[in-house]
Amino acid sequence: MSTPANTASAKVTPAKVGGEDTIRRGPPVEVVRYGPGKRINHWITAISLILLLISGLAMFHPSLFFLTELFGGGQTTRWIHPWIGVVLFFSFFILFAQLWKLNLPNRDDVQWASQIGDVVAGNEEKLPELGKYNAGQKFIFWGMASLIIVLIVTGIMAWEQYFGQLTSIPTQRIALLVHSLAAVAIILIFMLHVYAAIWTRGTISAMTRGTVTGGWAWRHHRKWFKDMAGRGRIDPAE
Amino acid sequence: MANTMDSPRTAVSNPPVQPMETNLTQRDLIRRSATSELPQPERQLTPVAKLIDVSKCIGCKACQSACVEWNDTNPVIGENVGYYTNPHDLTADMFTLMRFTEWVNPETDNLEWLIRKDGCMHCADPGCLKACPAPGAIVQYSNGIVDFVHDNCIGCGYCVKGCPFNIPRISKADHRAYKCTLCSDRVAVGQGPACAKACPTQAIVFGTKEDMKKHAEGRIADLKSRGYANAGLYDPPGVGGTHVMYVLHHNDKPQIYADLPVDPKISAVVQTWKGATKYAGLAVMGLAAAGTILHGLFGNANRVSKHEEEEAQEAVDHAEKRVEDA
Ligand code: HEM
Ligand code: SF4
Ligand code: SF4
Ligand code: SF4
Repeated sequence: MSTPANTASAKVTPAKVGGEDTIRRGPPVEVVRYGPGKRINHWITAISLILLLISGLAMFHPSLFFLTELFGGGQTTRWIHPWIGVVLFFSFFILFAQLWKLNLPNRDDVQWASQIGDVVAGNEEKLPELGKYNAGQKFIFWGMASLIIVLIVTGIMAWEQYFGQLTSIPTQRIALLVHSLAAVAIILIFMLHVYAAIWTRGTISAMTRGTVTGGWAWRHHRKWFKDMAGRGRIDPAE
Repeated sequence: MANTMDSPRTAVSNPPVQPMETNLTQRDLIRRSATSELPQPERQLTPVAKLIDVSKCIGCKACQSACVEWNDTNPVIGENVGYYTNPHDLTADMFTLMRFTEWVNPETDNLEWLIRKDGCMHCADPGCLKACPAPGAIVQYSNGIVDFVHDNCIGCGYCVKGCPFNIPRISKADHRAYKCTLCSDRVAVGQGPACAKACPTQAIVFGTKEDMKKHAEGRIADLKSRGYANAGLYDPPGVGGTHVMYVLHHNDKPQIYADLPVDPKISAVVQTWKGATKYAGLAVMGLAAAGTILHGLFGNANRVSKHEEEEAQEAVDHAEKRVEDA
């Protein structure tokens, strides 16, 4: 493949082999959706979130207190939960810095959301062509981002061991109430996120191997696919 | 002498010397933190109470020392910052604290030196127990004593947030919650609390709650006859009454005694957090989990068709051709 000179986009990036947002010629055609750095970080975020929801729920309701056994008892669960929260905060912060621009809402999102019935029915041919993220993914992104901020702030206020004196007791009561409500909300969003990734077959590989099939990109994120193709971000066959 | 009484009636008399079995057992619990199904106790112990007559206290702190002695705690040696309250706050090693207030009575223009013995009030409706997430870390006996069971405590500090009196403290050494036990280990074997036993003026008395209320009546009548028109008993109904009560010479203004709450009750925020939030939260999370699993099993997945794979292939072929042509 020669250097593309006359493509639609003025700034042509020579495709880096295996790099993110490149099409692998195949056959079959594959698209690199996430590089290894993002995938590793995503799994740090995901594992932290799962550990946080288990350890948090153990303290949330007596019927779930048995979950403390997974962490080696109540005392360990109590001290480890906030520290995992700190890990989650930083790993998500990196993810946020990398992805926020692509998650800014645009006009297609309004159209997409207004046709949510077609989304759920899987009538994707009726929906607008989309860039790398659809409105549902953007909702999950911003929902997670804002709830993690709420959780870290209220979590620190409730962190007896180091911050017991930071705020007044009436404030700490509100912090714990908000923390538990935000936890329920983020768990719901987390379920939606995992469910969407499973329901939309072919998505999980984006976070395991980093790639999706060409058809997946064509079906769900055609604008993104066409943009890569148009800019010549195509690797020759492996 | 066989002890047939279920609770001691006074702190003054000397205790029986023969070995005794504890009278406060697991079967005497009426509440246990984070435990929904607690078997009803077969017997009802006589409710006990400690009565602190603020007007009789001379501020000697014998009670504080007795508490440290009996509970074998080691409060750090304090620093004098110009007033008598020492240490400056309750700690995980100081379960009771004499709080000193200099108050000018606006009616008489007299300086009154108010001394209140602070510590756990042993609420009938304890906010600490309501907030606690760890099964059995806080228990309430049918005689009214609210006790912390340190082996079950996880150190989260929820009890601190639940308590309307700002009493529990979490130890930095072992990360467990501490507060006055009402000397449950003494009461269980027929003795009154150490502080009541040590008090030289009998400002602290101990007995059945009924007796203590009667005793308070006499004290209040005496105070009224000496010009304290608003003398009264502090047994706040907002927390269902308490098993530590005060006789206050100014019962109309409890707040002048180092911020004793006027109408303590479990905060509405705590009630919402430990009530509606839990039920609604579990319900929506459960429904969402069930919904996604059911839809996952029985709904149609969103699959990429063969045709779409071919279209992608064509698009790439086309794009490459264009690039090569250029
Ligand atoms: C982001 C940083 C976070 C921090 C600093 C934090 C901190 C805390 C703290 C200090 C507590 C009190 C118990 C303890 O001391 O361990 C707590 C409770 C809890 N946390 Fe977090 N947390 C964070 C994130 C999360 C997340 C992401 C979730 C949910 C997935 C979560 C769910 C919970 C739940 C359910 C409780 C129990 C609340 C209750 O008892 O009602 N937390 N958290
Ligand atoms: S610190 Fe201990 S006693 Fe207090 S609420 Fe937590 S587990 Fe219960
Ligand atoms: S005063 Fe506080 S610590 Fe004592 S029983 Fe009442 S709520 Fe619990
Ligand atoms: S021992 Fe009695 S008189 Fe002395 S400080 Fe305590 S309550 Fe007051």
